[in-house]
Amino acid sequence: MFARAAASAAVIVTLAAFDGAVAQTTSQPPDTMAARVEACTPCHGNKGEGTSDVYFPRLAGKPAGYLYNQLLAFRSGRRKYPPMNYLLEFLPDPYLEAMAEYFASEHPPLPQSAPSEVSKEVLAQGELLATSGDAGRNIPACVSCHGPGLTGMQPGIPGLLGLRAAYVSAQLGAWRYGTRTAKSPDCMQLVAGHLTEADVTAVAAWLATRPAPANPAPVPKGTYALPFGCGSQPN
Amino acid sequence: MGSKLSIALLSIKLLALAALATAAQAQDKAQGKTGDIIARGEYLARAGDCTACHTAAEGRLFAGGRPMPTPFGTIYTSNITPDPETGIGKWSADDFYRTMHNGRFPDGGLIYPAMPFASYTKVTRADSDAIFAYLRSIQPVNQKNKPHELRFPYDNRQLILGWRTLFFREGEFKPDPTKSAEWNRGAYLVEGLGHCGMCHSPINALGGTSQSDAFKGGLIPMQNWYAPSLTSNREAGLGDWSIKDITDLLQTGVSMRGVVYGPMAEVVHNSLQYLNDEDTRAMAVYLKGIAEPSPPPPASSTLPTTESSLLISLGKTVYDKNCASCHGTQGEGKPPHWPPLANNQSIEMQSAVNPIRMVLNGGYPPGTKGNPMPYGMPPFAGLLSDNEVAAVVSYIRTAWGNRGTPVSARDANELRSAPLN
Ligand code: HEC
Ligand code: HEC
Ligand code: HEC
Ligand code: HEC
Ligand code: HEC
Repeated sequence: MFARAAASAAVIVTLAAFDGAVAQTTSQPPDTMAARVEACTPCHGNKGEGTSDVYFPRLAGKPAGYLYNQLLAFRSGRRKYPPMNYLLEFLPDPYLEAMAEYFASEHPPLPQSAPSEVSKEVLAQGELLATSGDAGRNIPACVSCHGPGLTGMQPGIPGLLGLRAAYVSAQLGAWRYGTRTAKSPDCMQLVAGHLTEADVTAVAAWLATRPAPANPAPVPKGTYALPFGCGSQPN
Repeated sequence: MGSKLSIALLSIKLLALAALATAAQAQDKAQGKTGDIIARGEYLARAGDCTACHTAAEGRLFAGGRPMPTPFGTIYTSNITPDPETGIGKWSADDFYRTMHNGRFPDGGLIYPAMPFASYTKVTRADSDAIFAYLRSIQPVNQKNKPHELRFPYDNRQLILGWRTLFFREGEFKPDPTKSAEWNRGAYLVEGLGHCGMCHSPINALGGTSQSDAFKGGLIPMQNWYAPSLTSNREAGLGDWSIKDITDLLQTGVSMRGVVYGPMAEVVHNSLQYLNDEDTRAMAVYLKGIAEPSPPPPASSTLPTTESSLLISLGKTVYDKNCASCHGTQGEGKPPHWPPLANNQSIEMQSAVNPIRMVLNGGYPPGTKGNPMPYGMPPFAGLLSDNEVAAVVSYIRTAWGNRGTPVSARDANELRSAPLN
């Protein structure tokens, strides 16, 4: 990390001085972020709205700090998905930050919520976990961190709406098996560690049935206090 | 909209940091001679790309522990911080020179050639001492070396003797008096610290010749990338490139002629982008100088003609739909950012491994000082079938006067499982 950080610091300090070092004599691709992230959009959609593949997440409108943390984690291999680990390997911090800000500032509409394939009882169990948790089993309510409207909080907590059930359960599974980790203290790992397979199915299914809120934007930093500390959300 | 805002924000951050950097540089200058030798050592350590191997992902600088997969098991790199217990804190400059120059530990033990001492042997004593002075100046890290996980019999260091007999020639760089000082400086960097030969020579796991097959203990990481010859103009020989295009490629990762990717992106990212203009130019002069005139075109494809012409016409369809928006209908690209594919040596080579992997995995050139926000190419592994990948690669290798040969769906399929790191 230190070496990577040192290298990118060096990149940062010299960026300004090097404008236009590369010859620009022929016709050039547009000088926009949209053109620079064309490597991402076949999987994430042109504005980060997601694609038909249920495991490819929406990026649009998520907090920039959250997206940036994910890009750092993919670059270092702390979060694993080889095609993305490979693409990001040699990109400097300021560029990843610019990519995160680009997708955070796009606002295509949230997808229609899908009718669920699970039973009413399972959905009810999912709703209970999400809104009240289960104190007996040390499971905090998801809303206590992801917000009363489940729209997340700046800068590091993502909303949980507009995600598909398959994606949410894959992510919770990844935390349980250690293939996804977040900055320490990794509060989501604690939460996911207390969930059973059945809890995961239930909460993922219920989240996917939620309608899009009128205002999907994450609430400002410090709007509410978290039940315990998260490395991704500095106080 | 959003992008403009973020670029504006970005440049403010950059300006602030640039101001800080100037202040720091001024302080450095005041520190005098030991500061000078340490700064020179740091520069040379960059030229040698020590960090590529000796710093683990998210690990501390030069604390080692980075796994290097080889066909014989995994080798872990060493802690080369000045920690007396677990690093090289007790070493003398003589000990260090012995490692660089002769591939031996202070006690005479043999070092695996995964540490590129076969190239570093060309480094001068003065440069070795400067690197050592720099390594003494960094933060010591107390972190024990991980034992290698090599299979029998490769865990026996005596086998290294066989390798050394075949491939190791000890000796500092000897300038060629018939060549210019610039050429010689370039040769010193390319053959020595740059250890370019570690990948760009037949003695490696990629382009392995029968000679290297004969040596079953060849301890070179598997990469599944083809590192082209730097002397043949049919491969990466740079004989007909301008010096400017070569220096652009080495310093920024992109050029009007082509781009770097895969392992070469790592080399530019960690090492070459930090070399000063004089040294980069010297390398370019040398690289251009060693390129030989092209040998005759390679033997024609193994595919039957009817099959390959069908492939190529499917390839054109795939290309026009998926690739032409960036690389142009005539393969002209929008260089340097969207590289040209017409008359691009790196896709015409006998080995089609690189263009196939490029299509499967996509990629970004490295972010460098000269090109901090590179443009990228999407991976097509999930979008195209084996047959479509083979078709489009066959097309770009043969269209627009390119002189490569068609490839088969099987070639494409085999590379789907190539490791991505
Ligand atoms: C081959 C398809 C593919 C490509 C190309 C791709 N991604 Fe992803 N991306 C994914 C998948 C799949 C995940 C979820 C991985 C997981 O399971 O953890 C993901 C996750 C992410 C996340 C985390 C989202 C979240 O809510 O946690 C971000 C941010 C992201 N990608 C950004 C990018 C950017 C920027 C690029 C281009 C540089 C890119 N991706 C290219 C498939 C892709
Ligand atoms: C203590 C606070 C906290 C609680 C409680 C919590 N989360 Fe999280 N959650 C986070 C943080 C912080 C992140 C971002 C982690 C990162 O940076 O990768 C996150 C991320 C996630 C993600 C990843 C979203 C994406 O786009 O990839 C999912 C899914 C998730 N949480 C689901 C849940 C569910 C379901 C619950 C309730 C069972 C829950 N969380 C409870 C703090 C919390
Ligand atoms: C291609 C990868 C690679 C590069 C580049 C590399 N090294 Fe190494 N180095 C290794 C490996 C692997 C070992 C362990 C070899 C062994 O155990 O026999 C090692 C061992 C060493 C050691 C012995 C330390 C010990 O106690 O084990 C020193 C000193 C060293 N390297 C210095 C350097 C310096 C200085 C550079 C840059 C000029 C450098 N290395 C570049 C792979 C590399
Ligand atoms: C870790 C292995 C590795 C090392 C070390 C390495 N290369 Fe490469 N190089 C590659 C591979 C693989 C390619 C093919 C991919 C590409 O064209 O970027 C390549 C390609 C190239 C190309 C052709 C680029 C093009 O567009 O045709 C040049 C020139 C080159 N290398 C020069 C060097 C020089 C000079 C050094 C030493 C300073 C060096 N390489 C060190 C692996 C390596
Ligand atoms: C969004 C623009 C874009 C699209 C679409 C695209 N590429 Fe690329 N291509 C690039 C960029 C940028 C690079 C440099 C990537 C790198 O250095 O890692 C590149 C590199 C390449 C290279 C290596 C060139 C060299 O100099 O060695 C090949 C071969 C290639 N692309 C083929 C294709 C094919 C075939 C397709 C269609 C299936 C395609 N590309 C689609 C942007 C694109």
